[in-house]
Amino acid sequence: MSIIKITNVSKSYATVKALKDITLSVERGELFGLIGPDGAGKTTLMRILTTLLLPDKGSAQVCELDVVNYYRKVRNILGYMPGQFSLYQDLSVEENLKFFAGVFGTTIEENYHLIEDVYKMLEPFKNRPAGKLSGGMKQKLALSCALIHKPEVLILDEPTTGVDAVSRKEFWGLLRKLKAEGITILVSTAYMDEASLCDRVALIQKGEILGVNKPEQFAKEYPYRLFSIEHPDVTLKLNEVRGFNSCKGAYLFGGVLHFSSINNNETPEGIINQLNGIGISNPIVKSIDAGIEDCFIQMMES
Amino acid sequence: MANSKNDIVIEVKDLVKRFGSFVADDHLTFNVYKGEIFGFLGANGAGKTTAIRMLCGLLQPTSGDVKVAGFDAYTQSNLIKANIGYMSQKFSLYNDLSVWENIRFFGGIYGLWGKELKYRADELINNLQMNDSRDVLISSLPLGWRQRLSFAVSMIHKPPIVFLDEPTGGVDPIARRQFWEMINEVAASGTTVFVTTHYMDEAEYCHRVAILVDGKMVALNTPANLKKEYSASSMNEVFISLARQGQRVE
Repeated sequence: MSIIKITNVSKSYATVKALKDITLSVERGELFGLIGPDGAGKTTLMRILTTLLLPDKGSAQVCELDVVNYYRKVRNILGYMPGQFSLYQDLSVEENLKFFAGVFGTTIEENYHLIEDVYKMLEPFKNRPAGKLSGGMKQKLALSCALIHKPEVLILDEPTTGVDAVSRKEFWGLLRKLKAEGITILVSTAYMDEASLCDRVALIQKGEILGVNKPEQFAKEYPYRLFSIEHPDVTLKLNEVRGFNSCKGAYLFGGVLHFSSINNNETPEGIINQLNGIGISNPIVKSIDAGIEDCFIQMMES
Repeated sequence: MANSKNDIVIEVKDLVKRFGSFVADDHLTFNVYKGEIFGFLGANGAGKTTAIRMLCGLLQPTSGDVKVAGFDAYTQSNLIKANIGYMSQKFSLYNDLSVWENIRFFGGIYGLWGKELKYRADELINNLQMNDSRDVLISSLPLGWRQRLSFAVSMIHKPPIVFLDEPTGGVDPIARRQFWEMINEVAASGTTVFVTTHYMDEAEYCHRVAILVDGKMVALNTPANLKKEYSASSMNEVFISLARQGQRVE
């Protein structure tokens, strides 16, 4: 039985269609990623699940409870960390945590084991006002507050946005541990590379789900032959490369160009010949596997 | 991209910034060249923002030499400000002004007026193919468009250097690449692009990358050389192995 079930949900703000007929399920114990750029509808979907927003159409259940009719019960089984820092800035670290424990009728001691790993890093600052913490510390406090009532489902809205690569890695380590405790996690991110850290991901764009799959499965189902082209001049000859007959798409990945070909028999040698034709000599061309960004681009274009 | 002495656009030697007993930037030394895309990376608190503020003429160094576009950071900070472009993800354009109004406003700030301003504004709108959106409010433009417009506006006075502070967070992968294609074109035409970012995959687009840890520059090289040196498959791995040595808590 799916722990989160979203059925045909739509939501508009004035003329903007934020969600268009979304259907999605998350299984118990999964670490599920909602991956898409700003404006894709990630926050709207999360706010519907957390009972903070009503859908225009469709329905959603958490632990088989309808989020509209049973919103009070749903709030007790959910932990939510919004994208904006929403704790009390003028309360100390410890006071914030006590407050959230109190609101949910529990104590810090009761569920301390859940937050121990995170809170240990915060303890040296426990008397500091939350507003005076660094970005990484605020994020850890917000996570502690979302966990203190031992939720069955944890919903995290872009927890790693603006966080440096080291802290991001650390944060994903924490999520793995929480998953091992049996907590289901729905996490959104605009960082495509975080897809590989999830059990399953939904790629979302302009209010629509482009695809749902295991991260490695997306790559396996990539429909075109993909090549990398390395040459110092290639970044400035993109239009010529895009004019090749077999070219489905050509996009920069750092200093390397990813070239997707609609020709199933395409070879690196064939591409090298065409590159020679536009004055690029001795390029390095290799056949490669698609990454999640290649897949996202391909789905956006189809 | 040229690397001769004459083509140095940013020259930094033994740059130090202290706040009381705290050393935010500790003897930084590096050059940035004409037409180079230079990536400036560091964990939160590593001293990046402090260094950029000094390079933009917004903060006086404690000691060391800084020359930007040929101007001295101690005595000519106003000339530095007039000769650089600056774009940040956090603050770029006014949402409640139209495309044209934003261009006119920022053009004015950068000292353009009259026919010159009108000419540059039209040129900018044409290059971005935004003629139909001239009178559209920024708030109703897609984020990818806003970023490209913001980048173009930061260069309306044709500065030799443009600073991009975390420019492409949150956009879709195609819009991000369109933005980097624009950066490549600008650099190829001779403008130096100085970029800070948290996206390590963005560091791969830079010609050279500097990495700060606890106020010190611990690496400065091309992405390919750094990956070789640290036996890493990505800049993310390079960054994590270096930044982990950091002790500083913000």
